[in-house]
Amino acid sequence: MAAAAELKLLEKSLGLSKGNKYSAQGERQIPVLQTNNGPSLTGLTTIAAHLVKQANKEYLLGSTAEEKAVVQQWLEYRVTRVDGHCSKDDVRTLLKDLNSYLEDKVYLTGYNFTLADILLYYGLHRFIVDLTVQEKEKYLNVSRWFCHIQHYPGIRQHLSTVVFIKNRLYTNSH
Amino acid sequence: MRLFVSEGAPGSLPVLAAAGRAQGREELLISTVGPEECVVPFLTRPKVPVLQLDSGNYLFSTSAICRYFFLLSGWEQDDLTNQWLEWEATELQPALSAALYYLVVQGKKGEDVLGPVRRALTHIDHSLSRRSCPFLAGETESLADIVLWGALYPLLQDPAYLPEELGALHSWFQTLSSQEPCQRAAETVLKQQGVLALRPYLQKQPLPSSFEGRAVSNEPEEEELATLSEEEIAMAVTAWEKGLGSLPPLRPQQNPVLPVAGERNVLITSALPYVNNVPHLGNIIGCVLSADVFARYSRLRQWNTLYLCGTDEYGTATETKAMEEGLTPQEICDKYHAIHANIYRWFNISFDIFGRTTTPQQTKITQDIFQRLLTRGFVFQDTVEQLRCEHCARFLADRFVEGVCPFCGYEEARGDQCDKCGKLINAIELKKPQCKVCRSCPVVKSSQHLFLDLPKLEKRLEEWLGKTLPGSDWTPNARFIIRSWLRDGLKPRCITRDLKWGTPVPLEGFEDKVFYVWFDATIGYVSITANYTDQWERWWKNPEQVNLYQFMAKDNVPFHGLVFPCSALGAEDNYTLVNHLIATEYLNYEDGKFSKSRGVGVFGDMAQDTGIPADIWRFYLLYIRPEGQDSAFSWTDMLLKNNSELLNNLGNFINRAGMFVSKFFGGCVPEMVLTPDDRRLLAHVTLELQHYHQLLEKVRIREALRSILTISRHGNQYIQVNEPWKRIKGSEADRQRAGTVTGLAVNIAALLSVMLQPYMPTVSATIQAQLQLPAPACSILLTNFLCTLPAGHQIGTVSPLFQKLENDQIESLRQRFGGGQAKAPPKPAVVEAMATAGPQQIQVLTDEVTKQGNIVRELKAQKADKNQVAAEVAKLLDLKKQLALAEGKPLETPKGKKKK
Repeated sequence: MAAAAELKLLEKSLGLSKGNKYSAQGERQIPVLQTNNGPSLTGLTTIAAHLVKQANKEYLLGSTAEEKAVVQQWLEYRVTRVDGHCSKDDVRTLLKDLNSYLEDKVYLTGYNFTLADILLYYGLHRFIVDLTVQEKEKYLNVSRWFCHIQHYPGIRQHLSTVVFIKNRLYTNSH
Repeated sequence: MRLFVSEGAPGSLPVLAAAGRAQGREELLISTVGPEECVVPFLTRPKVPVLQLDSGNYLFSTSAICRYFFLLSGWEQDDLTNQWLEWEATELQPALSAALYYLVVQGKKGEDVLGPVRRALTHIDHSLSRRSCPFLAGETESLADIVLWGALYPLLQDPAYLPEELGALHSWFQTLSSQEPCQRAAETVLKQQGVLALRPYLQKQPLPSSFEGRAVSNEPEEEELATLSEEEIAMAVTAWEKGLGSLPPLRPQQNPVLPVAGERNVLITSALPYVNNVPHLGNIIGCVLSADVFARYSRLRQWNTLYLCGTDEYGTATETKAMEEGLTPQEICDKYHAIHANIYRWFNISFDIFGRTTTPQQTKITQDIFQRLLTRGFVFQDTVEQLRCEHCARFLADRFVEGVCPFCGYEEARGDQCDKCGKLINAIELKKPQCKVCRSCPVVKSSQHLFLDLPKLEKRLEEWLGKTLPGSDWTPNARFIIRSWLRDGLKPRCITRDLKWGTPVPLEGFEDKVFYVWFDATIGYVSITANYTDQWERWWKNPEQVNLYQFMAKDNVPFHGLVFPCSALGAEDNYTLVNHLIATEYLNYEDGKFSKSRGVGVFGDMAQDTGIPADIWRFYLLYIRPEGQDSAFSWTDMLLKNNSELLNNLGNFINRAGMFVSKFFGGCVPEMVLTPDDRRLLAHVTLELQHYHQLLEKVRIREALRSILTISRHGNQYIQVNEPWKRIKGSEADRQRAGTVTGLAVNIAALLSVMLQPYMPTVSATIQAQLQLPAPACSILLTNFLCTLPAGHQIGTVSPLFQKLENDQIESLRQRFGGGQAKAPPKPAVVEAMATAGPQQIQVLTDEVTKQGNIVRELKAQKADKNQVAAEVAKLLDLKKQLALAEGKPLETPKGKKKK
């Protein structure tokens, strides 16, 4: 998904009225937010955090110092790891790590839904749709989290729903 | 809180500095772990530094840890900081880890290390200088400064990797490095061993792979909008409103152009191309084209400008070429001089003079300088051992001898160098030397030669450089080359050669000799001027009034920066010496070098046959001008830049602005009622225009071109945001707004046409004709943005400026000119294996696969060591692959390894 399209999705899920214009820059097509006054902003997570503030939903950036740092950490993870030139192996490691991280968590920060969940959901969507049933089961915690976020009101929009099967099929897969 | 660090992990620097600064250190426990220890339970790959919080949570990102310390001390997050941190993670880190890896682990030096990060460093420098703020995110030091400083410190603490020309970066870095928390962090991590302290950590890391292929990038630097003060806006508006009235009268054309007292007199030379070859794109961008941009710019500034060049015609190479083609040297020179002149005419190079060095004036002036040097004791005689062919009755220049290489025994080594082992050879050392012309064996004879006594002139030269260099626009590479020559000490240089084709030496006993190009080629500029006007001395013996700019590729720096100045200083005749020596780096072709002999690359005469207009060539060559670092010509990139920058950005904007005037306002520029947004735009354009001037005054040609594209981008954005095509159908107020936007846009287009003139003269003239831009506005560029197309001005017919370049067109050109083609896909290995594998081998392999499969299963069942299992699995996969090959099955190719 192009970054500008993703930001449009985010705008909509934040309830912002349309009106921001985006362009893309360089080989990696980094999004640039065009503003009529003041300096423009560059970078997916930078613009996303800006939009959250624009929508007066600062709580999505975390409320405590710890939460704020954790949100930014996962946003950085999103643009450096998820968006990198991923080989199949990289994707596997990424899902494995995330799966083990989410073992005792509902959301990336623990108990609160944040921008990190939204952007990681958008970023991972292209990988998750390609997973086999067996793989989805292998990364059970990721699947649980992903399924939860895709049903979060207003987030998924036109993206395809990924189907997760509730009963386990491969009981001895590990 | 507990912080895990590892010896030499670069991430510790910003983290410790941030911790120290935020005074959070009291509650902080620091543990040192090995570089491969997995501290974070959920991460597969080891990562340090890591901060374990009291809640049990882990922060494993260096920036996030720093951010956390700052948040604890009450700091609030802001957009600009976020932007810097995102940039640091996505752009700076990949470049920097490559650079540090090359430096620390692979022991590379210089440009190999600096190359990958140069663009990032320039970006920081520009941001700092554009905002004119001492720190990245404002007036005070903040999170962004600490994170970037910490990342850069290991590299930049070595002054060799902190480029001199990046002044703003320099002072930012010094300021931060001198602060106490930073100093302490630096001491803790680097332990005064410099960057090598990172070695224990970095050598355990894999080679940063994602960075491959990003080193030579022709990508544009991103632009940021500067913040504007009310004053700047007011000034821009005032200047705009003055309009055409503020243009000075055009200066009348002079012929010949001569210096005028009290004016800025600019003398521009481009290195004289050697006559015996057709210049390639690298030669063209290196001197004539670069100098042309500056000459055109200089004329737009109404400076009194003389731009000269010519062919360098004397020397061995011409004699060789003449022999090859069966012509006399004079005929060769005539032939190639015409070829050169045609190429430059096609490229629209605006020489005032394009002369040649084989003229009586050249002889007269060279001999005069020589006589003056001789009488002042700066020339001496010495004997040189040389090969002489008795049959041809002459001494053989290096290129006229072939023989067996004394080092490697290669049979066809040349007199100066062996093509096989690459060693430099002294012609008399060749075994079995042969005269290239008659194939007879030459004999060693001694020959008398004249030497220019450079050591005697060294002091004068240094004095002159001491006065000239500070504050001048000599490029850093030129300064560097001169400095290293002076550091090694100057040596006497032989200035004569045993040749016929050259300027005769006016001295008894030297009747058979001529001056070596070392001595007389640079005098060509003077003699070419003398052929243009008999008042040449007003340019060349007038250092007080004349500003001399000399353009060349870096290999020419010693001649222009040392030898000619020494001759001129020694001649004591008040010669004008170079004020600004502008040297480019090298331009490569696709991934290699231009090579006439291998038919690789585009040469001047071929560019015309590609069907691509000269201005497009000019644009692309200037866009990738090797300014500050080597760059590469790439067909794909040329297509991309044409289609994105010219067609979609510049052409699109100028065409739309003009079309709106024609379509909505009957070709008549509408009334403009400026809103605060428009005023801000005026100020932004003015700022960018001034930036363009600053850059071109410093001869930073490539960067100034970016300013043009930036303004056009602003323009596109302005049209896009304001949507005049919708408003024109709306209320009275909407229609007025549409008028203002259109009027402002078409005026920006007019400004762009003038700014573009040095780069793309034909396109510039086309735009100006389409817009019917009044004559004085076409030829003068002030530092302010003026309204040159006032309301009521009638424009002409508007039509598109650029054509799209198509993929197959470019692909066929690439094929034609060679180099960089996609290699033929490797033949499937199946074919090869099929031929040899019989049923027996297949059986053997099948057995082995079964056996290995069992081993793996057993190990897994025993829950054996991971690495051991992995090794056995690898063996299994390899066997399976061999089996598949033997059976002729297609290989399963790993998916997901998409090419970028």
